[in-house]
Amino acid sequence: MIQVGLNHFLVVSTALFALGILGIVTRKNAVMVLMGIELILNSANINFIAFAKFGNFGFQGQAMALFVIILAAAEAAIALAIVLNIYKTFSTVNVDEIDTLKD
Amino acid sequence: MNTISLNYLVDSLKLIKPEIALSITLVLIVLVDLIMNKDKKFLPYVFVAGLLVTVYLLIEQFSTSAFAFTTAPNLGMVIIDPFGNFFKLLIAFATIIVIMFSVLSNEIKEGLDRQGEYYALMSGMILGMFLMASSADLILIYVSLELVSLSSYVLAGFNKNHVRNSEASLKYVIYGGISSGIMLFGISILYGLTGSTNLYEINSLIQASQVHGLTFIVASVLIFVGMGFKISAAPFHFWTPDVYEGSPIPITAYLSIASKAAGFALLIRFIKITFIQSVDPNGFWHLLNVIDWKTFFIIISILTMTLGNFAALWQNNMKRLLAYSSIAHAGYLLLGLTVLSNEGIMAIIIYFVVYGIMNLGAFLVVMLIANKLGSEEIDDYDGLGSKAPFLSVSLAIFLVSLTGLPPTAGFIGKLYIFMALVDAKMIAVAVIALLNTVVSLYYYIRVLKHIFLNDPQKETQVLSTSVASVVFLVVLITPVLLFGIYFTPLVDLAKSSISLMGF
Repeated sequence: MIQVGLNHFLVVSTALFALGILGIVTRKNAVMVLMGIELILNSANINFIAFAKFGNFGFQGQAMALFVIILAAAEAAIALAIVLNIYKTFSTVNVDEIDTLKD
Repeated sequence: MNTISLNYLVDSLKLIKPEIALSITLVLIVLVDLIMNKDKKFLPYVFVAGLLVTVYLLIEQFSTSAFAFTTAPNLGMVIIDPFGNFFKLLIAFATIIVIMFSVLSNEIKEGLDRQGEYYALMSGMILGMFLMASSADLILIYVSLELVSLSSYVLAGFNKNHVRNSEASLKYVIYGGISSGIMLFGISILYGLTGSTNLYEINSLIQASQVHGLTFIVASVLIFVGMGFKISAAPFHFWTPDVYEGSPIPITAYLSIASKAAGFALLIRFIKITFIQSVDPNGFWHLLNVIDWKTFFIIISILTMTLGNFAALWQNNMKRLLAYSSIAHAGYLLLGLTVLSNEGIMAIIIYFVVYGIMNLGAFLVVMLIANKLGSEEIDDYDGLGSKAPFLSVSLAIFLVSLTGLPPTAGFIGKLYIFMALVDAKMIAVAVIALLNTVVSLYYYIRVLKHIFLNDPQKETQVLSTSVASVVFLVVLITPVLLFGIYFTPLVDLAKSSISLMGF
């Protein structure tokens, strides 16, 4: 029987972080890029909770995770509204095609 | 809840009066917007009145040094100290000027029915920047940074029918989301290493025991990503030109000054409080031997100013040019941090006052010209010298000041940065910065060549300037010229605002 320890959580969170970065770099759809950002935020959340639990640091970590969840929701709302507006003006959400501001 | 903790709370509330005033202003703006559903021209004045009260409260408590919302004796979430109060004052004044910009701006007038949103978001943003300038806790740092970011994403795309507004806000939200996510990951590692989110507690923990070197370096650099994004330092500057070009001009001006000031306040506080070991009598900081911040900042600042200055050489859009120039200025400002001394902080404070005034001035002229010409392309500025002499001369003064030539305030700002570098025996870095200034001269003067020497390509009528904008320009030009000759008050202000809580 394997005891689930801090390292297991850290491996999961680092994997999520790496997948988030990978998603941001490789995906062209703006919504998928935003999902990558959510993965990064959640990987940090796992870190906070795991450290708070296994390090006996008190409740700061849990409190931080709650703040992050709320802010992630707010950010997702704003980002999706912006993407919706982009779709109305450009008729696409491919981040590579939205480049009128290049010189 | 017992009476002692209630007293703590009341004491804390006394210390955050400016923030309370701002929150009331935010609520007032929303209420006025709801009540006056037809006539909304009072909104900016409500905002300015609220900000004037805030400024009064800030000046009243300028030299106070205390913790608000203490969790333990001498540990708190919010720090009130002269350093933070200086940056809050700077941000408040910049906001007042930007509100006046918005009243004059054609771009904002287009969305007249949504003015309530505009000013409400702006007051949310300034509240976030105030908290950024005074936070001593990683939780508050992240929350306030996000408050600023979320408001500015929406403001950058305020005119949602304009293609470039929407594009600017999309790019801003993607870059901003990534960098704040990376910063949060760094914060989580730092929390895991030290078991605390309070910067002072982290500092004493690092002093007491040797924290794991490499992990700690990774965490600190990841946290720097979020702050580097806010101040548009070199590897994290990619959003700057696009967002600055795409946003409405008042918002561009606001991002380039207030947002950057809050970012610098946060960065300086984070570096100094978390890593300080002692400050010697000459004002030099001795940092804990965990990370070589000096080399790190030298590389970042040289990269930032070189990249900013060289990329600006090829720009044909005035806003984009000013965006690259603001990246270059972030590099000069970071030089003040590389010396890691109180003198460097003084130089940063002087530079920030000067940079704020001249950059706001330059953006104001660009906006007034864009209101008339409907364009920000430098080619369209041909022959403007004869059509709009007052605007052209003021733009010339601001651009010369941005270059840093002697009779203007920009020279004083650069002089103090270079003096701090020379006193810290970093001559080589000073020489590189000086060469960068020479490069910057070319692209600023190129604009003036188009204005004064080129003949207009197409016939346009003489551009008239309204009385309000002339008064406003004079208000901004006066300090640029005055501080270039008589800068003692500026230096005195900087000397009185270098003290950070605890050191």
